[in-house]
Amino acid sequence: MSLSFCSATELLTRLQAGEISSVEVTSECLRQIDAHDATIHAFVHVARDAALAQAAEIDRRRKSGEAMGPLAGLPVALKDNLCTRDAPTTCGSRMFERFCPPYDATVVTRLHEADAVLIGKTNMDEFAMGSSTETSCWGPTRNPWDPRCVPGGSSGGAAAAVAAGMTPLAVGSDTGGSIRQPASFCGVTGLKPTYGRVSRYGLVALASSMDQVGPIGRSVADVALLLNVLAGHDPSESTSIDAPITDFTDSIRRPLDGLTIGIVREHYDGCLDGDDPSSEGLDAEIEAAVREAVRVYQTLGARVREISLPHSRYAVAAFCILASGEAFANLARCDGIHYGRRADEAAVLADWNAQSRALEARHDQQALDHLEPPLSRLYRASRSEAFGAEVKRRILLGTQVLSEDCYEAYYVKAQRLRRLVRDDFDAAFGEVDVVVGPVAPTAAYPLGRRLHDPLLMYRGDRYTVGSNLAGLAAISVPCGVTAAGLPIGLHLQCPPMQDERLLRAAQMFQQATDWHTRRPPSPGKKL
Amino acid sequence: MDFSPQDIDKVSLVARLCFTPDERDQIAAQLERIANYLDACLADSDTSDVAPLVSITGLAGVFADDVVRPSCDREAILANAPKRDDECYLVPAIFGE
Repeated sequence: MSLSFCSATELLTRLQAGEISSVEVTSECLRQIDAHDATIHAFVHVARDAALAQAAEIDRRRKSGEAMGPLAGLPVALKDNLCTRDAPTTCGSRMFERFCPPYDATVVTRLHEADAVLIGKTNMDEFAMGSSTETSCWGPTRNPWDPRCVPGGSSGGAAAAVAAGMTPLAVGSDTGGSIRQPASFCGVTGLKPTYGRVSRYGLVALASSMDQVGPIGRSVADVALLLNVLAGHDPSESTSIDAPITDFTDSIRRPLDGLTIGIVREHYDGCLDGDDPSSEGLDAEIEAAVREAVRVYQTLGARVREISLPHSRYAVAAFCILASGEAFANLARCDGIHYGRRADEAAVLADWNAQSRALEARHDQQALDHLEPPLSRLYRASRSEAFGAEVKRRILLGTQVLSEDCYEAYYVKAQRLRRLVRDDFDAAFGEVDVVVGPVAPTAAYPLGRRLHDPLLMYRGDRYTVGSNLAGLAAISVPCGVTAAGLPIGLHLQCPPMQDERLLRAAQMFQQATDWHTRRPPSPGKKL
Repeated sequence: MDFSPQDIDKVSLVARLCFTPDERDQIAAQLERIANYLDACLADSDTSDVAPLVSITGLAGVFADDVVRPSCDREAILANAPKRDDECYLVPAIFGE
């Protein structure tokens, strides 16, 4: 197999044995990027020279017998909302098109310390708001399995890069499914760790109570390898959990005895699908693949129990309200003053002067007293020309749900629903070890199909947002391919801090199946 | 929750955004549809005896030692400013010339 499609685990073994060099692996990834990224557009920044220099230095140190980090020589791509001191961090937004952070995110520091080769920054929906990687100001990413289709989102660049052989590993972020859904659409493995397991320090915030950084790779073993480096307490981050970390690559070798998996009644009875004309039910091919995956678990000795998550029907609404409110607050810092894009100040001032003079000429003192001052105008002009449509929608929604009139009826109500969603999971995990289901109602869909129907886009996340509301550990693993040749993902969810159980359960599936070894037939085929 | 074009005018002041009339009408229609969905979900659910869930981890009051540590270099921070002098951000005058 070509180096570009080897698992990270195999590459690491061969690097450690001296069979291959980091320069060879990195060069192969860069060749794959050169060959296919003009079509796929997974990357917004390729750190070609820095990555090759880093790889050469790691090879030199290895040859001289120095102690090496756990990812020594392996290329890793970073979603473009992770702060990197030596590379731009744009979040897919014109607001940050020239932003170069003065510090590294904690996960970036950990990757440096692990001797990973940071190969570049990957495309994403603007400020991680989206499920298709179409809202990036840099243009959309395309699915390596079919470039006419979206890769999912918001970590679509990261998932597409792994699927297209451009990097063996990538780091994404997941607020409502943004690692798992693109992993599902691109046929790779994507983990949302327990909330608090991985530091968010240096992750540009979308919704701080749900954002979580996590690994994307070609197998459970690969994401376990990366999670070993990413996970752990960070004193710089107040929601980081101070708990011991096990060696996930070691623990996944032990299958779970007496596993009981839960299948969710509401996934299949249509109650999550909505009843308006634009609603989209669970695709029959997805349901069949998930049911077949359940059968695989049964052949491995697992018991299956039907469970109910009765409040999951409110999860998208609660998520939508809470995530918008938090995004409104987080994006208030984008003012065009401290950093980010600033509108044409002279034009704003000229406009203000003209209005001011006209009112003075009319002796309209009342209007003059209420004339919006230049600084406020500059904020609004800067934000309005820098943010895209989806970001503006969510800011407006967030402003409204946090307003005095709506706060109790919407925001606090959504927090109450969040508790009900979490209580459902608590009850379910009293009966089962792992909850299994679909990641998304459909496989990847053509570009543009949902872009102008935000509600349809939001509701496409109905199976994944619950684990963010409840702070669970959750993963997407490949479990099939549609008749059109597009990957299907299986969603596994475990209680908070049970990342190890989750990975062991997912590894059992990958040891019994080969879906995760399938590759796009021609990752960069022309449109 | 209403999102008429007039509501958008009002909310966008607080949100620090502005829209052309066409943009405003388009976003108002989209937000109305989203708000209808949210209203239907919220009306359907009974949360009268349920306490809001604010912190998912249960962590509260995380403190750090009050120790002086190196922070970011001022020049590195100011390097991202759209407009600056040697040590400050520059903004339009608030109180007139």
